Amino acid sequence: MNSSRLLIRGGRLIDPAQGLDEVTDLLIEEGKVAGIGKNLKAEKAAALDAKGKIVTPGFIDLHVHLRSPGQEHKETILTGSRAAVRGGFTTLCAMANTDPVADSAAVLEVLQTQNAKVGLVSILGIGAVTVGLKGETLTEMGELETAGAVGFSDDGMPVLNAGVMRRALEYTRMTGLPVIAHCEEKTLSGTGVMHEGVTATRLGLAGIPAEAETVMIARDILLAEAAGGRLHIAHVSTAAGVELIRAAKARGVRVTAEVTPHHLTLTDEALGHYDSRFKMNPPLRTAADLEALRAGLKEGVLDAVATDHAPHSKAEKEMDLGGAPFGVVGLETAIGVLLTEGVSRGGIPLSTLIASMTSRPAKVLGIDRGHLRKGAAADVTILDPEAGWTVDAATFASKGVNSPFLGWRLKGQVTDVLVKGKIVLRNGQFVNGEEK
Amino acid sequence: MKTQTRLKAHLLDEQGIQKALTRIGHEILERHRQTQGIALIGIRSRGEMVAQRLARILNELGGTQVPVGALDITLYRDDLSLISASPVVHATDIPFDVQGRKIVIVDDVLFTGRTVRAALDALADLGRPESIELAVLVDRGHRELPIKADYVGKNVPTAQSELVQVRLKEVDGADEVVIESRRPTNKEDTFGDAGETVSRPGGDK
Amino acid sequence: MTRWTRKDLLGLEELSREELLLILDQAKAFQQVSLRSIKKVPALRGKTVALCFLEPSTRTRTSFELAAKRLSADILQIQPSSSSLVKGETVLDTARAIEAMQVEIVVIRHSTSGVPAMVARAIRSSVINAGDGSHEHPTQGLVDLFTILEKKGRIEGLNVLIVGDILHSRVARSNLWGLTRLGAKVTVCGPPTLIPTGIESFGAKVSYRLEEPLGAADVLIALRLQMERQQEKYIPSSREYTRLYGIDREKLKGAKPDLILMHPGPVNRGVELSPEVADGPQSVILEQVTNGIAVRMAVLYLVAGAHSGSADSPVDAAVHPEPFESPQGKRSLT
Repeated sequence: MNSSRLLIRGGRLIDPAQGLDEVTDLLIEEGKVAGIGKNLKAEKAAALDAKGKIVTPGFIDLHVHLRSPGQEHKETILTGSRAAVRGGFTTLCAMANTDPVADSAAVLEVLQTQNAKVGLVSILGIGAVTVGLKGETLTEMGELETAGAVGFSDDGMPVLNAGVMRRALEYTRMTGLPVIAHCEEKTLSGTGVMHEGVTATRLGLAGIPAEAETVMIARDILLAEAAGGRLHIAHVSTAAGVELIRAAKARGVRVTAEVTPHHLTLTDEALGHYDSRFKMNPPLRTAADLEALRAGLKEGVLDAVATDHAPHSKAEKEMDLGGAPFGVVGLETAIGVLLTEGVSRGGIPLSTLIASMTSRPAKVLGIDRGHLRKGAAADVTILDPEAGWTVDAATFASKGVNSPFLGWRLKGQVTDVLVKGKIVLRNGQFVNGEEK
Repeated sequence: MKTQTRLKAHLLDEQGIQKALTRIGHEILERHRQTQGIALIGIRSRGEMVAQRLARILNELGGTQVPVGALDITLYRDDLSLISASPVVHATDIPFDVQGRKIVIVDDVLFTGRTVRAALDALADLGRPESIELAVLVDRGHRELPIKADYVGKNVPTAQSELVQVRLKEVDGADEVVIESRRPTNKEDTFGDAGETVSRPGGDK
Repeated sequence: MTRWTRKDLLGLEELSREELLLILDQAKAFQQVSLRSIKKVPALRGKTVALCFLEPSTRTRTSFELAAKRLSADILQIQPSSSSLVKGETVLDTARAIEAMQVEIVVIRHSTSGVPAMVARAIRSSVINAGDGSHEHPTQGLVDLFTILEKKGRIEGLNVLIVGDILHSRVARSNLWGLTRLGAKVTVCGPPTLIPTGIESFGAKVSYRLEEPLGAADVLIALRLQMERQQEKYIPSSREYTRLYGIDREKLKGAKPDLILMHPGPVNRGVELSPEVADGPQSVILEQVTNGIAVRMAVLYLVAGAHSGSADSPVDAAVHPEPFESPQGKRSLT
């Protein structure tokens, strides 16, 4: 196929960055968006019929654990990238808790080198806030920025030391890059494995109270406010957390926040059968929290949907709830789950959902992505909103099968994905022979 | 799985039952000359009631109180591993020491003999009687083990698929023994006791 | 009477009133076996019971072992030292290996809540929960119900007071489910830090003070204060705990004279119970131990039955009214 000119015809193009939601054509030339319009004429262009489908900018995931380097038994750049493409993501932000930790330019460079070989999607590195995620010494953030870091996070671990967090946030005044905070007060979460509440009491499991998150969100907001720093709250799970962020935004604090598909669709009752597929951190909360998260996303208090894709091997997850690691995979199920549960049943407008996966995460990072303006890199995702499918781990591209959605019947699936104008997924199948 | 049954014949009425038991009482006394040392152990649940009646007869005939116990043989059944839900265990209630006694095991119906086999095992775990005999109200044949009753109220030739139902006033409101036919199933219960698979009255042991 | 059709006994929460009463009734029938000179019946002859105690326990393991032996089962002991579980083999791998050895019943004690449930889902063998984390200890709960029934003749309407570390207690949870289902009024009492969130929603009253609920109680169940938990600083000291919640002769002066005092054992003498109270006339602690065997025999017997025979012919009491029924589907498992 000649990829220099491609006309995507007749799809419902939703590009929140431009306020677009209409049935129209999209012309791509030399890997870039060349034009949008009804009945576009394009000589010698290959055509892709998108009738009945939704055409959006490629999705951006602010929060992915690609596990590479160091834990390739859980995921590799290749398997993670393929999972991303399946889910319509063309840009991933790779968390720093690899082995070695991405606390130096060298490690970020390894990530870029590895991705250069795979080359399926864009992978943006997130540098660690502290050396070795130990929460003690700040990393050389300036150098990490030069090496391509788009933000800083010790995710997986909170920065427990308030003084260190304060300095990190102060430092963002220089880089402008956000500190992505995993808000968890460890002295409150302790040995907890799920939300502290009635279900945990019934199951006899140690709980993680909502305050383990909210106390930290409050602290970090106050520190960011004082420091004039740039703060992004990862995976908000509580209603009170949403309230704190809403109030901070209203005061003008430079804070943004993300929420995961699982926190938008599941509650702690899912743990009722002690299935470690529902064990993640922060834990699934109550129905009231879930409603507050949906409202927060609708209002824009929560800026982005991020998967917190955290693959683990089957053996690791096949443990008792105490021994199994936290985390779920999410790249391949995010859009299907959110279209089905969030949009169709949950009252989240489709345009809000698309914005929270495209323009809004781009804005969080201040990067020129997540839109289809003329001249933009042609990262495009095409969805069939009517396609019904069942989540089956056997079909996952990811190495991780630890999905809380196994067996769910979903409506809405990614059919085609273009990265920089190149078709990498066509009718749900990977396009081969298109080397980097 | 419900089995259809149809009344085929009346075997004994109230009088007939009483007569049969009285005859057994006489035979027991004849063989042992006195009731001293004899104890009856009825197999739960209808065997126990038959034993109580027999004891009253013996008390009158012999002039002493013949002790009566009730034995639950559930835990000694040889088909426990074939049954999809454990049968309910009832208490064994034997208010005397079996050691050295002349025990007469009493049951309502003798069929395959497996119940009696279980009862013998259960008794052995309770002590060592001087002797053990067997008295049944009805012997319907079809033994699957080398077991023979010492005292029989009535011998009844039956087809294997038929049911012998013993109904007693104490639980069923009336005294009668009837034979019922039912649609044959491919394999008869090896443990005898066909009666209790289909209806509460009648212990077709 | 109801028939037992469950493959597993994982907790009392899921049991109906009828199922609870069935177990208690059967335990009564098994009680007499232990009083005979030959304390053995052949009910589980040829069956194997694996005792997987992956957390130290002497009492419950011994009780299960005796119960299984008195039913003539063969016993496979799996303890932490001999278990690859501690070496990182997953729980499920171990369970599947045990299943592959044709073990009919697996009794599991584990320090993490939910392990028996997880194993039960994965294997066809019957699983009996012998205590998992802070979740449930169903056989202890049944022992307590049985003992109360023996001593008081009823459960309905009784005031039962459970005192101690409710947060971490699997015994408290099993008792709460069983007692409330059978109509008792349950109050849990302990320091606020050891009362779990939302316990009221399960039908328990909560009291942080001992005196008032003690005055109304017919039954007092004192829980063991887990010394190792104190490191987590739930309470200032065991001394203060004993002063506030420890049961002694002085505190019992305010209780009903016919109050019975229970404890799942082993007792920290001088902490939750003073020695003279633990050995006193109101204590039924040793009877609990004795009753444990009959109750566990009943549970093993019932679960074994659900495991043999055929599950695709659920037993309908109306169709199979009394003990003896035809052996159908004798091959199929589960």
